[in-house]
Amino acid sequence: MTNPPIATGTWHTAAQPLAAGGGAGDHRTLIISLFSVFVAITLAITVWAGRQTKDATDFYAGGRSFSGFQNGLAVSGDYMSAASFLGIAGAISLYGYDGFLYSIGFLVAWLVALLLVAEPLRNSGRFTMADVLAHRLRQRPVRTAAGTSTIVVSIFYLLAQMVGAGALVALLLGASGEASRRWIIVLVGLVMVLYVTVGGMKGTTWVQIVKAVLLIAGTLLITVLVLTKFHWNISTLLGRAAEASGKGQAFLEPGLQYGKDSTSKLNFLSLGLALVLGTAGLPHILIRFYTVPTARAARTSVNWAIGIIGAFYLMTIALGFGATALVGPKAITASNESGNTAAPLLAQEIGGGAGSTGGAILLAVISAVAFATILAVVAGLTLASSASFAHDLWANVIRKGRTSEKEEILTAKIAAVVIGAVSILLGIFAHRLNTAALVALAFAVAASANLPTILYSLFWKRFTTRGALWSIYGGLVSSVTLVIFSPVVSGNPKALFPGMSFDWFPLGNPGLVSIPLGFLLGWAGSLLSREAADPQKYAELEVRSLTGYGAH
Amino acid sequence: MDSEEAVGTPPTAAEGPDEPARPTIPAQHDRFVRAQQSEEFAELRRAHRSFAFPLTLAFVTWYLLYVLLSNYAGSFMDIRVLGHVNVAFVLGLAQFLTTFLIAWWYARHAAAKIDPKAEALKARMEAAE
Repeated sequence: MTNPPIATGTWHTAAQPLAAGGGAGDHRTLIISLFSVFVAITLAITVWAGRQTKDATDFYAGGRSFSGFQNGLAVSGDYMSAASFLGIAGAISLYGYDGFLYSIGFLVAWLVALLLVAEPLRNSGRFTMADVLAHRLRQRPVRTAAGTSTIVVSIFYLLAQMVGAGALVALLLGASGEASRRWIIVLVGLVMVLYVTVGGMKGTTWVQIVKAVLLIAGTLLITVLVLTKFHWNISTLLGRAAEASGKGQAFLEPGLQYGKDSTSKLNFLSLGLALVLGTAGLPHILIRFYTVPTARAARTSVNWAIGIIGAFYLMTIALGFGATALVGPKAITASNESGNTAAPLLAQEIGGGAGSTGGAILLAVISAVAFATILAVVAGLTLASSASFAHDLWANVIRKGRTSEKEEILTAKIAAVVIGAVSILLGIFAHRLNTAALVALAFAVAASANLPTILYSLFWKRFTTRGALWSIYGGLVSSVTLVIFSPVVSGNPKALFPGMSFDWFPLGNPGLVSIPLGFLLGWAGSLLSREAADPQKYAELEVRSLTGYGAH
Repeated sequence: MDSEEAVGTPPTAAEGPDEPARPTIPAQHDRFVRAQQSEEFAELRRAHRSFAFPLTLAFVTWYLLYVLLSNYAGSFMDIRVLGHVNVAFVLGLAQFLTTFLIAWWYARHAAAKIDPKAEALKARMEAAE
């Protein structure tokens, strides 16, 4: 049995260190107040943005009115999800060095988006990823495929966020909080649907910007406090973490989680591959590039995002190792076995510990920031998937282009409500899994199903519709199937269905198999096509994507 | 999907480039083909590809090398450099550094070598409309 990637922890609602603390009531009131302020401010922004949202370009692309810097902040907001904040801190706090791979992979991945995808996509598309493909491939089958994979990737990602929300609520409310946990997930779902349906892309972008600033500020505060405690000596911090982990120096060396045997090493490689190739295929990230006026602004926004996200991931080192050193692995796993609550626990500890006023305040601040993070990311995901449903599947496939803009936007809003309902249900029922590992699965699906087709469409003149369909459906089906038959879903006590065992695929992340398969199928499908690629249509896409001629 | 493919693609309005409203007239395709085959466009394409492709290969290789070293070169990665900081950490931080540098380098290259060519071509095509 391989270690399931940090994945799959068992849910412990029974052991609640916080509920026992004297300040439990205080921090609850404070969290609710802070979070309410965030929701009130962002809803006000949403209403304001909604008034300015008149046509499809406003709704899907925020009127393409954002600057490179603003969009860079918004991209960072969309990207730094519960997986980054709660999941990575948890992974590092429990597995030390091996958890650090997430931070590195998630960041390096941006170079693929910067060098190959962001600018041509901005130049040649309108609202969705499929717009680019539809330039040269047969529109209806390709939009159906791209729309389907967009929705699947987004739902995997949504699930991860909802699991993070659940972990937080359980931490804050204790064992008695099961009913409250459901209500809060319903609340998160409702607010996110409001952001999307009322504010469209303009409102959602501002929500991301506000959230990104709050998240960076909160993380910076904890990082400074942690580093001050260790006299700004990283080596001391690492040493104390190694000591507290009970694993000694091995905690700081590769292999604690992934070094057990050859299968777990392959799993590490698989995860690494999925992380670095996933970002440039994430639909909610791709549609962000349409919110700026030019390709040059898209480039600027990626560069800002790399700076902001890089700084943030550097701080996860202090967060993760700080949590091990100061909170300790026992208290972390007692609260949530997969480590999802390490960051808020650290905040409480560094503020003075459970029961102290400082601890309650910092816990409240960090928890409210984490909620804001989750809320903003789920809104971005809902917008991406509902936009793809309305623009690709409804307007261009089902109605074959015979719809009005008004009808298309209404469809997107209805889709947002449906997707909101689906994610509320998922959030209520799925709460065993670790959020960073779940997001890594979304990355694997995106890298297998979306990235090959995007790259081939932009850069390979012999790419055909059949190549795209084989690649998208092949990558999608293989990655999702391998996840179903992986140790994440069954076969061990930490799996989603611990009682069953159909885990014949040994790796927790399917990327190592499904990503090469997606690329291979795109190539093979194109060579085996009965119709040759249309050189004229490729000429049009290539000229548009490189020069920006005729860009929307 | 296969049967549909066999039918082939009649160039109807609905199958147009990216929005149904715009008809795909041959004349327009000609313009793109002519632009694509121009020397200026070849230079623009080269300015992008000769920079972006090798660099992508380089950073993906460097990243995978780092992952493989973590997996299979434990004793090397465990060497302590300074206090508790080992080679694995230094290489991990080096990944951050190279990412920042590549992003900065590409932005500089694009502003100097890609943007002027792209803008000139775009302006010419717009003037010919």
